[in-house]
Amino acid sequence: MRFNEKELISLSRQPSERAAELGMRGPKKGDVVKRRLVKLVVNFLFYFRTDEEEPQGALLLEQCRVEREDSLAFSITFLDEAERKYLFECDSQEQCQEWIDSIIKASYEFMRKNLIFYRTEIHRLTGKDPLEQYGIEDETRFQVTSGLHLMPKDI
Amino acid sequence: MKLNERSVAHYATCDSPPDKTGFLFKKGERNTAYHRRWLILKGNMLFYFEERESREPIGVIVLEGCTVELCESAEEFAFAIKFDCAKARVYKMAAENQAAMESWVKALSRASFDYMRLVVRELERQLEEIQEGAAGLQGRPKSSKKAGGVARSKSGASFSASHVPSTQVTGAALAQGSAHARSLQEEVQLPSGTSKENGVAWSKPSALVNGGASLESPVSPGTGCFSKLHDWYGKEVAELRVEWLQKNSSLSLFNLCLMIFLPNLSLTVI
Repeated sequence: MRFNEKELISLSRQPSERAAELGMRGPKKGDVVKRRLVKLVVNFLFYFRTDEEEPQGALLLEQCRVEREDSLAFSITFLDEAERKYLFECDSQEQCQEWIDSIIKASYEFMRKNLIFYRTEIHRLTGKDPLEQYGIEDETRFQVTSGLHLMPKDI
Repeated sequence: MKLNERSVAHYATCDSPPDKTGFLFKKGERNTAYHRRWLILKGNMLFYFEERESREPIGVIVLEGCTVELCESAEEFAFAIKFDCAKARVYKMAAENQAAMESWVKALSRASFDYMRLVVRELERQLEEIQEGAAGLQGRPKSSKKAGGVARSKSGASFSASHVPSTQVTGAALAQGSAHARSLQEEVQLPSGTSKENGVAWSKPSALVNGGASLESPVSPGTGCFSKLHDWYGKEVAELRVEWLQKNSSLSLFNLCLMIFLPNLSLTVI
C-alpha cells in the first residue's frame, strides 16, 4: 500500500505530545528489546534509532489497544492482528502510565467520541448546538448517530 | 520508513463509519493521467481504491499539515492537496461536478487531527464555562453524584455513545483509563467563586437544574473526558487559559472562529 512517506517523515519532526527514549520490542517472534526514541505526534507513534534524523518506523494509533504489561511496560496491539504485540519498556511506573494515557488519547476516533460527548452535553445543558455558531454542525465527522461505532462491541 | 500498513489498511475498511466516500479522478504518481478512484476519507487519512469493491486500498494520503486548494487545470472541477514540506508531492484531484468538488474540498480541509483537536478543546472550554456557571448558581462545588435518571438528549444515542468506551476495544483499553479516571473523579472540585470568562449569562435556570451535575453522569463516559477534565481542573482555570493562549499565541477568539469555520482552505481560482 502506498503512502506519502515524505510528508509522514516531515510530520515526525513536528512538536510532539510526548517523546522519550524507551525500550521497544517488535511484534515478530525473535524480536528483542532495543532502545528507540519514541515520539507521539497526532495519531502516530514514530520510533527512531538513537541519533538518526529520520524515523525507522511509524505506527498509526487507530483501532488499537494499549495495555499495561507490568509495572514498567506497556504494549500496543492492533485489532486486526491481536496476537502481535509491540512492547515498550519505560524507566518508571509514572512514565509508563503517562505514555498509556497519552496513547489512549491520541486516536482520532477517541477525539471524535469526546467531541460528540461535549457537543451533546452542551446541547443538553443549554439547548443550543455549540457547533452551529461555526457552521459545522452538519459535518459527518461530528455526528452522533453516524452508526455502528456507537454500539458496544464484543472483542 | 516502516508503517503498520496492514493495520492502516484495516482502519480503512473496518466498520467504523467513514467521513466521506466517493469517486474522484486522481492524477497518477508515475503515469500522469487522471485515474478514476474510489476514495474513503476516515479521520485524517484519505484512502484510494482501484474500485469501490476492492478489498485493499492502493494507497493512503495522510492529511496532516496540508492545504486544499482549487486549482487551474485542464480538468474541470479540479483541486489539489498540498503539503508544506520540502519536495512535497501535490495530489491533484478532479470531481465529477461542482457540488462534489466543493464537498470534497470542505471535507478534506477539515480532516486533520489538529483541526479536530481544536474543535474538541473549544467545546471542552465551553463546557467548563457552563459547569462554572452552574456551580456558581448552585453556590457550591459540584458533588460527585450520578445523574441517575439520565435525561436523554434529542439524538438519543448520546449516552450509548458515552457508554461505549468501556466495552469497546476500539481506541485502546479504556478500562485502564476508566479506573484511572474514576479515582480522579473524587478530586474534581470546581473552584468556587471563579469568575466567568466572557460574562456570558448562561441559560435559564430551569435548563441548568435539569442539567445539574452532568459530568459524573455516564459511568464510563468518554473516560478520557474525565482524565482530561482532571487535567483541566487540577490547575487553576486562569493558569490553564494562559497556557492555552500561549500555545496559540496568535489566536484571538475571532481567529479561532475563522479557523474553525474555514481551516486550511485557500481559494486560488484563476
